[in-house]
Amino acid sequence: MPAFILSRILQAIPVMLAVALIAFALFAFVGDPIATMLGQEFTPAQRDALVAALGLDQPVPVQFLRFVGRALHGEFGLSYRLSRPVSDLILERAPATLELALCASVLALAIGMPMGVYTGLYPRSPLSRFFLTFSLVGVSLPTFLIGSLLILVFAVWLGWLPSFGRGDTVQLGWWSTGFLTASGWKALVLPSITLGLFQLTLIMRLVRSEMMEVLRSDYVKFARARGIRDRAINFGHALRNTLVPVITIVGLQLGSIIAFSIVTETVFQWPGMGLLFIQSVSSADIPVMAAYLLLISAVFVTINLVVDLLYYAVDPRLRAGRGH
Amino acid sequence: MGAVSRFLESDLFWSFRRTPTAVLSAIVAFVIVVGAVFAPWLAPYNPFDLASLDLMDAFNPPAFMPEGTAAHLIGTDDQGRDVLSAIMYGARVSLLVGVSATAFALILGVLVGLLAGYAGGAVDAVLMRIADVQLTFPNILIALLVDGVARAVLPREVHDEIAIYVVIVAIGISDWPRFARTVRGSALVERNKEYVLAARVIGISPARIMLTHVLPNVLGPLLVLATLNLGLAIVSEATLSFLGVGVPPTQPSLGTLIRIGNDFLFSGEWWITVFPGVALVAMVLSVNLLGDWLRDALNPRLR
Repeated sequence: MPAFILSRILQAIPVMLAVALIAFALFAFVGDPIATMLGQEFTPAQRDALVAALGLDQPVPVQFLRFVGRALHGEFGLSYRLSRPVSDLILERAPATLELALCASVLALAIGMPMGVYTGLYPRSPLSRFFLTFSLVGVSLPTFLIGSLLILVFAVWLGWLPSFGRGDTVQLGWWSTGFLTASGWKALVLPSITLGLFQLTLIMRLVRSEMMEVLRSDYVKFARARGIRDRAINFGHALRNTLVPVITIVGLQLGSIIAFSIVTETVFQWPGMGLLFIQSVSSADIPVMAAYLLLISAVFVTINLVVDLLYYAVDPRLRAGRGH
Repeated sequence: MGAVSRFLESDLFWSFRRTPTAVLSAIVAFVIVVGAVFAPWLAPYNPFDLASLDLMDAFNPPAFMPEGTAAHLIGTDDQGRDVLSAIMYGARVSLLVGVSATAFALILGVLVGLLAGYAGGAVDAVLMRIADVQLTFPNILIALLVDGVARAVLPREVHDEIAIYVVIVAIGISDWPRFARTVRGSALVERNKEYVLAARVIGISPARIMLTHVLPNVLGPLLVLATLNLGLAIVSEATLSFLGVGVPPTQPSLGTLIRIGNDFLFSGEWWITVFPGVALVAMVLSVNLLGDWLRDALNPRLR
């Protein structure tokens, strides 16, 4: 067990280092931060002071090590665009993105699972066909278009829900939450649907195929032969066996949800990390891009690691099968 | 003529005729492609001809609405451009970027896959590890990153000039690993077959063996992958353009049109967004359905 965990962690380290190298290369070789930060008029002394302050007079390997060291402490320097510490910007924006991602995932699970169970149990019913067609449309519609259409219908035509921003937020320490006000909840509805729709269709299709698979298995037939009630079979036996792959996919998709929030946040002007990132891409704000890249990679690598370890906990064959 | 009649009698064409979704998708895709490619001749107006634009025509609703005119079937945008013509020219850009990016990803993926599969060992391990790592990140994130780097490296004027190529390369780079994996898999299998050994014995170079003997064996799966990837690439391009970091505003794609229209949703001019959106979805859906059909038709286990 410790050997397996150790080897997994050892595999994750080079990935993170490679990403750090890319992020560092962005810093070191792309653009001219000095010119960007000083603007048009400056004295040589001001320039030298800034070069020394940013550590740009050091050899490249030293700069890389310092970069990794500072990144581990959460320091990514100043944003070229806003002249504020990148870590502050990201901490400020993180709650908005995380709350949105959480709502989207919960929504996708809460609606996708029952739809998947239903279509798995009654594959020929008209409602199932409707759900499947709907999921095909959900997969084919680009995220930003879903957002635009939802805004058009629910914000412009019906006027029920706000089309941009987070509504009123409440500060809990450094964390700003939209969960404590009515306008915060209303503002969450459309972005969560936009972000969660793809995951919803994914979960629905996955649960459906797993349910159909399990319902064909011998132990379900045997349980029926024993006269166990349908409900107990469907939910006690079948659904429970579909949960492992569903949990895996939901876990792995959490990273994509955070990444795809870039699009959703742009459509709804949601003040999260994704909007920050897209603004930094269009203005070539390298420190913010590098920090976001590292953060997202860390999230992805951690999620993959956790999923691997969960597999290890769930699947006994991985524990016994070291001898091949 | 021989090739045509052979195609018409082939299993593939038979399966095509028997699948209504495939026929319907092919018709929709054909209409869109013809409309896009021949836009300069077929479109009712030239949306880039500034002389023909008249601000008096701005925000005309579609012809079926009370204030619409037959001159502009699906209305005009904020600058008086005919939405239908803008869609036809926009689909041209979307298709161009989608096809080029897929070709780029295909060539890169095939080369890497052949190299990894044939060389094996450390080369294989390193290349496939890179592909694995990249596959864990969503395509759009990679494309955004490449685009952001290009923006930072190139001076603004240069970037605006070659923005369309930057987008093609960015999307192509984000899509290569799947091609590489498929090709590598079959290169590994074919490498140890007797005909490859025989070819090696008579002194044919590895590069030639790969391209003339191994590659033809993966053409089927590659074709399916390329079709499905075309749909993805078109969506990626539209997303980048929607986010404002894609093709330049002087060459608006469908994504750019949707973004422009988004600003007018609140004043009620919905047609500026909705019709380009419908065109985009029709394009992507028909390509995806064709890809799905091709996958099933070429899979011998499903026959």
